[in-house]
Amino acid sequence: MAAHAHGHKVKRYSGLMDWLTTVDHKKIGILYLIAGLFFFLIGGLEAIIIRIQLIKPMNDVVSGSTFNELITMHGTTMIFLAAMPLLFALMNAIIPLQIGARDVAFPFLNSLGFWTFFLGGLLLNLSWFAGTVPDAGWTSYVPLAGPIYSSGHGVDFYVIGLQIAGIGTLLGGINFMATIINMRAPGLTFMRLPMFTWTIFITSALIVFAFPALTVGLVAIMFDRLFNANFFDVANGGNGVLWEHIFWVFGHPEVYILILPAFGVISEVISTFARKRLFGYSSMVFATVLIAFLGFMVWAHHMFTTGLGPVANGLFSIATMLIAVPTGIKIFNWLFTLWGGSIRFTTASMFAIGFVPTFVMGGVTGVMLASAPADYQYHDTYFVVAHFHYVIVGGLVLGIFAGLHYWWPKMFGRMLNETLGKLTFWTFFIGFHLTFFVQHFLGLLGMPRRVYTYLGGQGFDNMNLISTVGAILMGIGTIVFLLNIFITWAKPRNASNDPWEDGRSLEWTISSPAPEYNFKQTPLVRGYDAWWKEKMEGNTAMTPAEPVGSIHMPSPSILPLIMSIGLFVAGFGFMYDKLIVAGLGLAITLGCMAIRSLFDDHGFHIEPEDQDEGVQA
Amino acid sequence: MSAHDHVEGQLPHEPEKATLEARNKILGFWLFLGAEVVLFGTLFAAFLALRHNIGDGPSASELFQLPMVFAATMILLTSSLTSVFAVQAMHQHNKKSMLTWLIITIILGLGFLGLEIYEFTEYVHEGHGFTTSAFSSSFYTLVGFHGAHVAFGVLWIALVIGQVFKKGFNVVTAPKVYISAIYWHFIDVVWVFIFTVVYLMGKVAG
Amino acid sequence: MKRLLPLLTGLVLLLTACGREDLSALNPQGPVAEKQFELMKLSIGIMALVIVVVFIICIYVLIRFRRRKGDKTIPKQVEGNHTLEIIWTTIPLVLLLVLAVPTINNVFGLAKDYSKDKNAVHVKVTAHQYWWEFEYTDYGITTAQDLIVPTDKKIAFELVAADVKHSFWIPAIGGKMDTNPGSTNRMFLEFPKEGVFRGKCAELCGPSHALMDFKAKAVSPESFDRWVAAMKAPAQMPADPELAEKFTSQCLSCHAVGENGGNSAPNLTGVGGRETVGGILYNDEAGVEQNIHDWVIDPQKYKKGAMMPTAEDNSLTPEEVSGIAKYLAEYKLDY
Repeated sequence: MAAHAHGHKVKRYSGLMDWLTTVDHKKIGILYLIAGLFFFLIGGLEAIIIRIQLIKPMNDVVSGSTFNELITMHGTTMIFLAAMPLLFALMNAIIPLQIGARDVAFPFLNSLGFWTFFLGGLLLNLSWFAGTVPDAGWTSYVPLAGPIYSSGHGVDFYVIGLQIAGIGTLLGGINFMATIINMRAPGLTFMRLPMFTWTIFITSALIVFAFPALTVGLVAIMFDRLFNANFFDVANGGNGVLWEHIFWVFGHPEVYILILPAFGVISEVISTFARKRLFGYSSMVFATVLIAFLGFMVWAHHMFTTGLGPVANGLFSIATMLIAVPTGIKIFNWLFTLWGGSIRFTTASMFAIGFVPTFVMGGVTGVMLASAPADYQYHDTYFVVAHFHYVIVGGLVLGIFAGLHYWWPKMFGRMLNETLGKLTFWTFFIGFHLTFFVQHFLGLLGMPRRVYTYLGGQGFDNMNLISTVGAILMGIGTIVFLLNIFITWAKPRNASNDPWEDGRSLEWTISSPAPEYNFKQTPLVRGYDAWWKEKMEGNTAMTPAEPVGSIHMPSPSILPLIMSIGLFVAGFGFMYDKLIVAGLGLAITLGCMAIRSLFDDHGFHIEPEDQDEGVQA
Repeated sequence: MSAHDHVEGQLPHEPEKATLEARNKILGFWLFLGAEVVLFGTLFAAFLALRHNIGDGPSASELFQLPMVFAATMILLTSSLTSVFAVQAMHQHNKKSMLTWLIITIILGLGFLGLEIYEFTEYVHEGHGFTTSAFSSSFYTLVGFHGAHVAFGVLWIALVIGQVFKKGFNVVTAPKVYISAIYWHFIDVVWVFIFTVVYLMGKVAG
Repeated sequence: MKRLLPLLTGLVLLLTACGREDLSALNPQGPVAEKQFELMKLSIGIMALVIVVVFIICIYVLIRFRRRKGDKTIPKQVEGNHTLEIIWTTIPLVLLLVLAVPTINNVFGLAKDYSKDKNAVHVKVTAHQYWWEFEYTDYGITTAQDLIVPTDKKIAFELVAADVKHSFWIPAIGGKMDTNPGSTNRMFLEFPKEGVFRGKCAELCGPSHALMDFKAKAVSPESFDRWVAAMKAPAQMPADPELAEKFTSQCLSCHAVGENGGNSAPNLTGVGGRETVGGILYNDEAGVEQNIHDWVIDPQKYKKGAMMPTAEDNSLTPEEVSGIAKYLAEYKLDY
């Protein structure tokens, strides 16, 4: 088939318009990365201010109200706007390559997902400029977050921003589930999937089944706040504990949404740099599925002190403890992947190896927290703060750093500088333990969380000082990482197809960065660790599953951005009681949906003669 | 591969699954419905938690008129059946019959919406406003979410009908018909639960 | 990784009684906190074991299996090992069982309901933004900020919130329980030792959440009885009738002393004998009269979001403020 036979002229953009209209998963991955790092810096800055305020007793760098705004925005930003998009960045950049696909199942929705996330996040953070910032904690417990006790627009930014961003996340979850189910290369059965793909598959399923619960909760708070509904207004029959249930029915799976992909990254990195097959692959898969399953039945362990009664507390204690078993399986599988291996220390592998003991420390405090009667002491203290930072920073963020250093050449065609990388690792890793290890004891000594200050002489002073010093060290680590990015950016592309030389999965069979169409010929997968298997048999390339031919590509589109702007406008309309503006915003979004449905996207084709030139990113 | 490789008349038995793109869409849509189940599940949970807290407003058993709700239920169930007929007609490549059934489906959908709007106005007159009590807020949110889904479905199917008229019946439009029919069944099933949990339980179990 | 081992050793040392006796959960002063501490020690022990095993394997592996320069050998590609996998599934299950049994035991043990027990002292705790109200339902008396309890009885608490959600916590005596608006929670505590223990609000409740402290003062049974009697005695009013009138009109519309006054602000009966003013101004530091004086002039300065107006807004002259501070500081109960 010649190019003109298809007859569809597709406008191809360049420069800024290219990025605004792209439906290429690799570019969307980069957009997620930039947005994620941007919000990570904002959340980090908030963290540093929090720690500076707590550096000494009765400090007054910020007031109590500002402090509450900082902790709320720090938590919300880090979880929804930094951690999740950074995961989505890795997912987008790598998953289609790992499964030998030319694209995701829904390229248009992929772009829509990014823009709704980004504009939702932007809306949330514009609250700083509006002067009314959410301040009821990232959990937004009612009635504190209700219309009576948070009368400004602060919490409105939270509920509306998160609803818009949540749409993006949900779309991403559906997209990646469908992609992994339908788009795998021939021969790539489920039990041959790389571990990272498995964890993303399970995480996507968790997103699909957890996020709608949050949406309902946010809608309920929004109706209470904007339209005087009574979901949580006790005086009119509402119930605040209902919000806690809804929030944690979402919130606990959310924890696994965050950590499972990190498990996947660690599995890949450890296996590559130990030059060894992942130990106990099938038990790893089983453990991942089991963690996800149990993740839905333990939400009330966040509510042991709410007063649910001994039966509920007992059941949720036991269910929570059970999660330790599949998690333990994973830990030992990693250790025994390293055992007998040939371990190479790169920045990526150091982050991955540092992850294992750190995550174990976060995991064991999780089991301690699962014991309800002891949790009556831990709950809402710095012990809990230490615990969840050990799993989220010590787990997820170390995992993200490992993944970014590992896949950076595949995303950008450039290796990050190893010296700066190792400096990042040591400053961040030591800073992390300094910051959070002492916080376990602060909690046990009686320091509640979310306090903007504390009286001197309670035994909190020294440990808070240590914690602040650690936080600054983590900040330095992050700055070194950014420096590394900028310095290597200026250098020419130097990465080969398989830059670590020990790559095992399909992404290492194609150029770095991957061409627009990923695979010139869809590869035939003959076993687990497909690329490694070929290498061991002396092959230098995968066996193609199809002849060279014309490759069909989706057209770029500006509609996702416009649809997201519609929601963004609608959000402000609802918030400031301008229902006409809200209606206009929704009309823009619905109108774009209709346009998308009416005008079919026939895409375009890249012909064989053009295929080798099409490398760009 | 491209949509235009197929000409009308040479369609496979299940034209909605002829292309990978269409198969992706159908799978993706089922996953979306999985998310919708959780959405409605949470709304039901909130309603069940709050339904006895009627404040100064009327209670469920004082309020609900079963005959009217029953009529609405029958209308919606029938519309689900007519959408099945539409998909069957599609499998027989009978475009005219398919369009006729789709049009009947949206007329029934509109009938249901009309009854629901009438019902809500009645309730408001009887002092059961959105802000009356926790019961009323959760009732209107649950039933209203469903109503919004029906309204969206009506618009969607109308748009699909227009496209089949304009673009013809082929492997691009077939999945649209099929997916909108799945959606329609889904909101029908949700209604069955609403009828049971909200209305029957409200009337019988007080 | 090596750095962490000394830290772990430190952890064990720290656990052998550390932190303030009146504050730390690691230094329990009552049976409830003791049971919780036992459970903590058990779980920390088990978990330290896990950590040590993981760290040892980790360090061994990193030293033993590091790649030498230029090493091109391909290690043996192991798929897995069923025996090992069964071991590291079973052992954790056994360890968890060891933890689960006392957990369940204590979940039910600590949930015992003493609300109908005639031998217990019944206290209804109402949490407000940002202060604590304690109503002794057996005696018909109400106090604020300082919870007075006898050492010989179980204290059965009823916990509610007046506005937003708070959480009632006296770390050295026992774990916390939330106060939910619109529903009542119950818990019990025991205070076998005399002393003053620090209590805190543990649930984010607004800008002054950090300042919502209270004190629990455990006294001998005889002393407790004297305190109850003193609380029930007729209120002392300011001796100066003009000041008394001003105090009644400006203060007692919200506060109460004895049987006089309202209940929307902390009860002031015997306020001069309390540990703190406003929960955070310690009377053993600046002196109670000075603290009350400062507080009355501008409560917002010490507790943002407190409902009490400034002296100026309350149309109190400096002399009246001094008079009221003096009167309240001298208003002590003898028990």
